[in-house]
Amino acid sequence: MSEEVTAEGGHGAVPTTGVETGLGEKPSRRTWPLYEVFVRGKRGLNHVHVGSLHAADDEMALHNARDVYTRRNEGVSIWVVRADAITASSPAEKDPFFAPAGDKVYRHPTFYAIPDEVPHL
Amino acid sequence: MTVTEDRTGPELDLEAGFDRTIGADQRVEPRDWMPEAYRKTLIRQIAQHAHSEIIGMQPEGNWILRAPSLRRKAILLAKVQDEAGHGMYLYAAAETLGVDREELTEKLISSKQKYSSIFNYPTLSYADIGVIGWLVDGAAICNQVPLCRCSYGPYARAMVRICKEESFHQRQGFELLLAMVNGTDAQKAMVQESVDRWWWPSLMMFGPPDDDSPNSAQSMAWGIKRHTNDELRQRFVDMSVPQAAALGVTLPDPELVWNEDRKSHDYGEPDWAEFKAVIAGSGPANAQRVAHRRRAHENGAWVREAAQAYADKQAARAREQEVPA
Ligand SMILES: [Fe+2]
Ligand SMILES: [Fe+2]
Repeated sequence: MSEEVTAEGGHGAVPTTGVETGLGEKPSRRTWPLYEVFVRGKRGLNHVHVGSLHAADDEMALHNARDVYTRRNEGVSIWVVRADAITASSPAEKDPFFAPAGDKVYRHPTFYAIPDEVPHL
Repeated sequence: MTVTEDRTGPELDLEAGFDRTIGADQRVEPRDWMPEAYRKTLIRQIAQHAHSEIIGMQPEGNWILRAPSLRRKAILLAKVQDEAGHGMYLYAAAETLGVDREELTEKLISSKQKYSSIFNYPTLSYADIGVIGWLVDGAAICNQVPLCRCSYGPYARAMVRICKEESFHQRQGFELLLAMVNGTDAQKAMVQESVDRWWWPSLMMFGPPDDDSPNSAQSMAWGIKRHTNDELRQRFVDMSVPQAAALGVTLPDPELVWNEDRKSHDYGEPDWAEFKAVIAGSGPANAQRVAHRRRAHENGAWVREAAQAYADKQAARAREQEVPA
């Protein structure tokens, strides 16, 4: 086959050669800002990040989030936040930023040896 | 979130870190360093997957106004809306790799990126709605379930959401067909005619045979792809045969037979020349699908601009009110 075709479309096979990836060309028009979406699945749970979307303003972001991420009652509460307002720790998942917690094993209950016969501990 | 690449350490260390993550079957996350080829492969794959979901709304949308009852219409609307949602989850995942979805849409409507070949076949009868849910969504499920364990975190998480919803898609299609095959002879014949048209294109969804799919090995080494095209196709055939029997329809392949030694079905070879032609753009509905998407995007431009103007005005007003008297 002249073009290399895989099942990489997810829904089905699409060409993998002769296809532009489209990395890095920013559109000339001004586009709506990116929002990150957090959903509380039910009372008693934390909001959890579920994805992102674009919207012209905060209110539209909330409405779009409802339509995109909670079509089946997946949430009782939604937070949306402009992606550029998020401050994140440095890139790698394991890095010095988290080191302060790394050597404090005494913060975990399993650090403490208790005789087996002592109940309710 | 801005995607930054940490290039402070030597490239080799970064590459070793990436290899360790893949080797331990851990997930790669957006802000991790990753080889450029991995990033590009993922962008192309996720983008074309998203385009497939978006274009996939058209063949089924064709029948929303002609659905035979309010119940069927509501179901079909919900199904098509889900496909839009699938496209949105996937564009969001692609954006974590540093592309803008506006740019991806441009690539779709200018045919610089493609979508699944299956959507270039027309929906000629209402039975096609049932058969698409059963076979086309069924084949998509076979492709998509392993992607839930894909090495790239945002893609894998999008696939988990999608797979949950696909189950409804397949079941509503099968139920629709069950109703039709228990109806009149004409309805039963309509189902069989539809199965005859969709069976082979569904098998083609898994891509060419393994020995003709040179890119698969790299994708498998990276943990993006988990099974070969032929493995997935075989799984789909074995799943479909008893389902066809339950419907009382015949799958249009004279070579389809149970192989006791392999504990699997043998089946005939799809027409790869047709597959290649459809992928290359000469399928029955290629031009129409892209033209329709382009028209919808261009006709929506004023809405996007109006919403932006409104947002700007509201923001300006809010600033005015903040000024102390
Ligand atoms: Fe889908
Ligand atoms: Fe679907």
